[in-house]
Amino acid sequence: MGYDHHFEQLKNIVRAYLPEDVPEGAIGEDSNFVNELNINSANLVDIVLDVEDAFGIRLENEDMDNMQTVRDALNIVAQKLQDKK
Amino acid sequence: MSITSSIIDKLPYTNPFLFVDRINMIGPDAIEGCYTFKKNEFFYDGHFKEQPVTPGVILTECCAQVGLVCLGIYLLNLEKVDTGSLEVALSSSEMQFLLPVFPMETVTVKSKKLFFRFNKLKCEVKMYNQQSQLICKGVLSGMIKDRKI
Repeated sequence: MGYDHHFEQLKNIVRAYLPEDVPEGAIGEDSNFVNELNINSANLVDIVLDVEDAFGIRLENEDMDNMQTVRDALNIVAQKLQDKK
Repeated sequence: MSITSSIIDKLPYTNPFLFVDRINMIGPDAIEGCYTFKKNEFFYDGHFKEQPVTPGVILTECCAQVGLVCLGIYLLNLEKVDTGSLEVALSSSEMQFLLPVFPMETVTVKSKKLFFRFNKLKCEVKMYNQQSQLICKGVLSGMIKDRKI
């Protein structure tokens, strides 16, 4: 499973937590979760927990701090999956 | 000072919006606390006209102060996080109300932790009256952290 596939999986997770006035099409690789997608800190935690379940990984506090954009999240997922091997 | 009174001291609420009198039990996964609604709580003047009943939002608040905030302070202290200047916010509430609560009633809140990750605490809460009847139940979640982080 590659980067594009991970992006689709992540998009499916994020979609459920978008505020009503943010369209699904707004989710790009450069999107900032808080500033651009208007996701609050409580829902960002929900996204992280869903990502953990979907990819079978565990994120730490520093990962959470570094996860500003969709691309950050994809990089963290890729790194964690790599570490698991 | 006992652990429970030190937690109540750290709550960021005061009269007329503090709805915790006592913590009966606390642990990493659950808490039980109680509160007695005074005869002259401020909301009884208007809810309802000449017929005081505790508003559902206040019952939710009581559940959140015991079930989320007191438990959250305990959990932060377990992680050795300083809780001198707390920031708390309720992020979601899904409650069902089964029985009314009148002035002078003592309620007991029992809360079970579903998860505490990245400063978000999600709990299953239940409130009982003195006859051990279920008053309300639901799932609450909120963010709790120290301002210095």
